[in-house]
Amino acid sequence: MFGLDKKDTSLLMIVAVLTMFAPFILNPFPTDSGLAQFNAGYPDLMQRFVIFGIFAIGFNILFGLTGYLSFGHAAFLGIGSYSAVWMFKLLSMNIIPAIILSVIVSGLFAVVIGYVSLRRSGIYFSILTLAFAQMCYNMAYSVLGNPASSYNLTNGETGLQLLLDDPRVLGVSATADGSIPVTNLFGLEMRGSETIEMGAWSFSFSAGYYVSAIIMLLSFYIAIRVFRSPFGMMLRAVKCNQNRMNFTGLSTRPYTLAAFVISGMYAGLAGGLMACMDPLAGAERMQWTASGEVVLMTILGGAGTLIGPVLGAGAIKYMENIFSKINDTVLHGWFSFLPDGLEDFVVFVIHPFVGKGWHLTLGLVFMAVVIFLPGGLVEGGQRIMNLIKRRKKSDDDAAETQPAAE
Amino acid sequence: MSNSNMTRRGMLKTGAVAGAGVALPTIFTASSAAAYTNEPTGSTVTLGFNVPQTGPYADEGADELLAQKLAVEHLNGEGDGGCLNTFSSKALKGNGILGKKVEFVTGDTQTKSDAARASAKSMIEKDGAVMINGGSSSGVAVAVQGLCQEAGVIFMAGLTHANDTTGKDKKANGFRHFFNAYMSGAALAPVLAAEMGKDRRAYHLTADYNWGWTQEESIVASTEAMGWETVNTVRTPLAATDFSSYIAPVLNSGADVLVLNHYGGNMVNSLTNAIQFDLLAKVANGKDFKIVVPLYSELMATGAGENIKGVLGSMNWNWQLTDDGTKAFVKSFGEKYGKPPSNSAQTCYAQTLLYADACERAGTFNPCGVVEALEGFEFDGLGNGPTLYRAEDHQCFKDVLVVRGNMNPTSPYDTLEIVEKTPVEQVTYAPDHPMFAGGALGSCNPGA
Repeated sequence: MFGLDKKDTSLLMIVAVLTMFAPFILNPFPTDSGLAQFNAGYPDLMQRFVIFGIFAIGFNILFGLTGYLSFGHAAFLGIGSYSAVWMFKLLSMNIIPAIILSVIVSGLFAVVIGYVSLRRSGIYFSILTLAFAQMCYNMAYSVLGNPASSYNLTNGETGLQLLLDDPRVLGVSATADGSIPVTNLFGLEMRGSETIEMGAWSFSFSAGYYVSAIIMLLSFYIAIRVFRSPFGMMLRAVKCNQNRMNFTGLSTRPYTLAAFVISGMYAGLAGGLMACMDPLAGAERMQWTASGEVVLMTILGGAGTLIGPVLGAGAIKYMENIFSKINDTVLHGWFSFLPDGLEDFVVFVIHPFVGKGWHLTLGLVFMAVVIFLPGGLVEGGQRIMNLIKRRKKSDDDAAETQPAAE
Repeated sequence: MSNSNMTRRGMLKTGAVAGAGVALPTIFTASSAAAYTNEPTGSTVTLGFNVPQTGPYADEGADELLAQKLAVEHLNGEGDGGCLNTFSSKALKGNGILGKKVEFVTGDTQTKSDAARASAKSMIEKDGAVMINGGSSSGVAVAVQGLCQEAGVIFMAGLTHANDTTGKDKKANGFRHFFNAYMSGAALAPVLAAEMGKDRRAYHLTADYNWGWTQEESIVASTEAMGWETVNTVRTPLAATDFSSYIAPVLNSGADVLVLNHYGGNMVNSLTNAIQFDLLAKVANGKDFKIVVPLYSELMATGAGENIKGVLGSMNWNWQLTDDGTKAFVKSFGEKYGKPPSNSAQTCYAQTLLYADACERAGTFNPCGVVEALEGFEFDGLGNGPTLYRAEDHQCFKDVLVVRGNMNPTSPYDTLEIVEKTPVEQVTYAPDHPMFAGGALGSCNPGA
């Protein structure tokens, strides 16, 4: 189906089913139980899962296929967000023009930055992209963001926000009751959500999440097509040995530039979507830590694999939003069954790894993955599958070929 | 490699799947039945405390969190009741809010607008918080305030000093108890004139973000109004840690006062650099060189140590005040945590009590009811003297403190001494003052 072979179709279907039923899958614990702390099925986090999934899928087209490690991809994320918010301010609150503009603008930036950066490879390329991203960040943070000046494009540290007196040519500046209109898709409000109670469980379905999820599926589909295309093959060849390709008389630069621009546009799409779900664009979205985060996501999930980056993005966002909210009070609640001294001790031991220490947990998980599963979470999955298969097979073998000699 | 052999059947299948995908989200457009966002239906009500736990303002955030926990205790009738006993409004009974026990969730703003919004969103969407309180940066306050307005919950700002929070970025669902940059300028200028004379030449170093800009604008305007001259204003990056290269040109600029529009770690470093250059021992234009830090905090004073001796600045509140509200708060904070609270802690404590009190008086948690109860509310007994929550911009108007680095501190905590309590009339401004113009409150949003 969709011009994919059987294996890819089933992968796409699995991802589709997972994203469509995410509100159930991510809320496995009853609302009132102690484990509800680990529920991740609320609209904001689900949106982040798929949006950063898009970001990581796009990054993987560059890094996974060509091996070019860009350390400045967050710049495109930020550019996409700013473009989208400007569209909300000037044109209308419909998300379609905002997303289109964010993809186009980030694509243009990617052409310029890629054209210069791709003249070098390896570490020099990484440094160049990092430098460009930091330039973008600093421009957005102060130079182009001073409210007192006439060229205030980004509103500095506060971030670009919607105001009641924005023009919004095709919409209204303010709603009848005097508030800022809401981002929508032809009337479907992005922040609209419906909660369904089922016994002790409650599941929330958010319009914004499903819009992002469908866009994520489209992006995933396009990524599969890129991976399986002759163009994708060419990119893999670049990763294998770029010199050899050059010696055969092939110019690789157009291919790498195309890959860079595509992944930049993916990042712009993700940035635009973030602004659609929450119409604010802040400069720190472009900071180098944000660029590093997408590298982590891709490597954690499995660089060069299709599903890996999405898993990595999910894992990191889950830790950031769930682990960081476990504070001492919560810990004491969990371990209150222990005797006093022991309880304090256990809380003392766990304390550095949760709450504000969630980075430490992430670091440990990352180290473990890189050391024991160089192929990322995907490799972990494959090993488990192989183990199950092998056991099954050996069971079968044991049953059938007992008397046969090797 | 690509195998795009579209058949009629394949086309139909594709179309059907795509159509189903597009139609799916329209199922979920109906809005729920609650009267407002996160209406508490059980026996508890959840407040969200969103403070910086990592990043440059982490110390302030930690102190805010202590005060917020204390406020929750007092609201639930535990501890000694603190300011509940001195508060001029007697609506709070120590049995929670409207009979519901107060619970809270915490989050980390990381002093980043994005992270702060994500954290606040999860509090609202996942934990069902009806009010968000806290924060130590104006950028974050403005961002979270905007979010709360959209989501339909109340935002009680923590430490935010930029004019914009209740100026051009003001929102109907947002309230600020802390003072602002304009008030700092208005309170400091007369003291500066009295101590240093009216013919000074000032050199400004300013943190390059929205708070720094409004701080600089305010202090330049108020000092120039009394006769000072501004030699130069220089912007420094927020992430800077070494200010030597910015301090060196000050000596040859013909200036005789250095104004540091810095906060937190920035201020500690820039002041330390200035002292290393021995600025305070210099004589310029026949006058002793002086340094001014418009916005002070106890935690900064501790960080800068010896260097702040004699340096003037302004504060929202200080634990050394002697009114009943301050005494009650400092007593219960001190007994619980073994140190006096900072002014960021005090503002968060006061904001939490003010929110609870407004709910009691309104008889509901509905944001629109709370807004109505807070607008134009006059109160006393929370430590700042008689205070007004102005209806036009949701800014508190109260006395402002002018403080000086203590020359002879007797304990690690009395690093600052109060020079003057500037009366509220002197720091009051019209709601349409040019420094605050350009925004609109809009109308309260109950969400859902």
